[in-house]
Amino acid sequence: MAPRFGRNPADLAFEKASAFFASVVLFLAVLLFAVLLRESFPALRKFGASFLVTGTWDPVLERFGALPFLYGTVVSSFIALLIAVPLSVGAAIFINEFAPPWLKAPVSLLAELLAAIPSVIYGLWGIFILVPILRYGLMKPLAKYLGWIPLFKGPVYGPSMLAAGVLLAIMIIPFILSVSREVLATVPQRQKEAVLSLGGTRWEMIRIVIGQHCLPGIFGATILGLGRALGETMAVTMVIGNRPEIFASLFQQGYSMAAVIANEFAEAGGLQLSSLILIGLLLMLVTFVVNLAAKGILSKMVARASRGI
Amino acid sequence: MTGTIAFRRKATDRVMRWVFTLCAFLVVLPLFLIFFDLVIKGAKELRWTLLVDLPHPVGEPGGGIANGILGTIVITLLTMTWSVPVAVLSGIYLAEYGRGKLSSAVRFAVDTLTGVPSIIMGIFAYILVVLPMKRFSAWAGAAALSMIFIPVVVRTTEDMLRTVPTTVREGALALGIARWKATLRITVRTAWPGILTGILLAMSRIIGETAPLIFTALGNQFWQTKFDQPMAAVPLQVFTYAISPYEDWHDKAWAGALVLITMVLLINIAARVLTREKR
Repeated sequence: MAPRFGRNPADLAFEKASAFFASVVLFLAVLLFAVLLRESFPALRKFGASFLVTGTWDPVLERFGALPFLYGTVVSSFIALLIAVPLSVGAAIFINEFAPPWLKAPVSLLAELLAAIPSVIYGLWGIFILVPILRYGLMKPLAKYLGWIPLFKGPVYGPSMLAAGVLLAIMIIPFILSVSREVLATVPQRQKEAVLSLGGTRWEMIRIVIGQHCLPGIFGATILGLGRALGETMAVTMVIGNRPEIFASLFQQGYSMAAVIANEFAEAGGLQLSSLILIGLLLMLVTFVVNLAAKGILSKMVARASRGI
Repeated sequence: MTGTIAFRRKATDRVMRWVFTLCAFLVVLPLFLIFFDLVIKGAKELRWTLLVDLPHPVGEPGGGIANGILGTIVITLLTMTWSVPVAVLSGIYLAEYGRGKLSSAVRFAVDTLTGVPSIIMGIFAYILVVLPMKRFSAWAGAAALSMIFIPVVVRTTEDMLRTVPTTVREGALALGIARWKATLRITVRTAWPGILTGILLAMSRIIGETAPLIFTALGNQFWQTKFDQPMAAVPLQVFTYAISPYEDWHDKAWAGALVLITMVLLINIAARVLTREKR
């Protein structure tokens, strides 16, 4: 930082102007929260905490509860993590430890491109390609042979909680992958070489050194992926089925918080609008907490790495 | 005995190696599938009329998404006209002047806004712009997109300015240049390729945003260039066509998606080329 020299008026004006614009950004963030709070207040006053545990969503009787949407958001995001975390971590280990040098750059570039694809295109691809593949290739056989397990119970329509989870997994992989790679790169080279020089195999080196060193970081990456998955709208809206009910089966349709806002907001008014905004406020608070947690874990990790431990 | 243990260790090592390779393969596989399907299915409808004609009603052959392409360009440029100055100046404040409470509050706000799901920005613009104006409009769409664009660009601007060595600033000041001039002409100019890359990447992101436009810009079947009217956008058209029950609209959705991904990738490549030249 340069030292503060004599304050000529133009300097002061420029500093004040830039401070003003920075304050605008701060103001927008505060305004966002205040506006959501104010507009969701009618629903909050009417339903209170029961909003979180009520399963009815009835615009005619004006009775609204968010439970099916909370359930759908949580379950689809959980499925996504279940698929995305092992794949991303495995791919990160491959790129960092095993891949021949010529392969590293293209693979990570491809993963980055996955992050650049607009979510409406994921949704489109999900509707016409992924859902049929899952329906005939996975869900129908599973429902036929393992249908006695509630999770895999038929009938199989296609658009479903499972389809949303799989599509979300593809979408969050790039984020978990890139953070995992950064975390893996923080392992000191000396420690890895120490294990190898004692006669350990590559896998043992990975298991011992990386496993002990990187677990908090990988957990942080997972939470970061969760933050992405919770708020994803278009892709989920297009493949989850949009039915505000709770089914034990992953093959049944579901709904998510973001999806119900996308579908009903333009035509809603009164208490329904307020309830939708309340769902938006909840979604914002949850993603805020999740992102804060991820950041906390990861920055602790980076601080530890910079001390060379 | 030791021989079998050694064998087992080596075998496990080999198996795990294949597992990791398989993971990497499965991670890039969807990308190939998506691009393959986009090109195969999108190319079917990809003719000149797609880019210059208005949408036709269901069942009538031909028709295009010209109004959507125009709308996307208009809404994106509208967003950027005020978002770029606000974001770049805020970034300058954080990197060059920011100390104390205001800057840490702004930094926290920027971090928070970056993580907020984009559909929430749609709600925000709906309440602040659509409700008072009593109509869906390009203004509202741009307001929603600004909330996504600004925090990303503030962050990259600050980061890029921090990569400029302090000696550059000191050198400029030692020559007697006023500080604001030194900041704009020397520091910001040095970091400019990086800042521009950030702007382009943020732009490629808002071009594909759909959720915040559904109830702000709303979409339009006709030519519309007035900012206070509902306006079409390619992502909205892709969404509407994809969830419609008509076969020929599904084809249009794929073609629109191909156009959209082309726009996004071109901007992405431009951003990458720019960063590479800097080095």
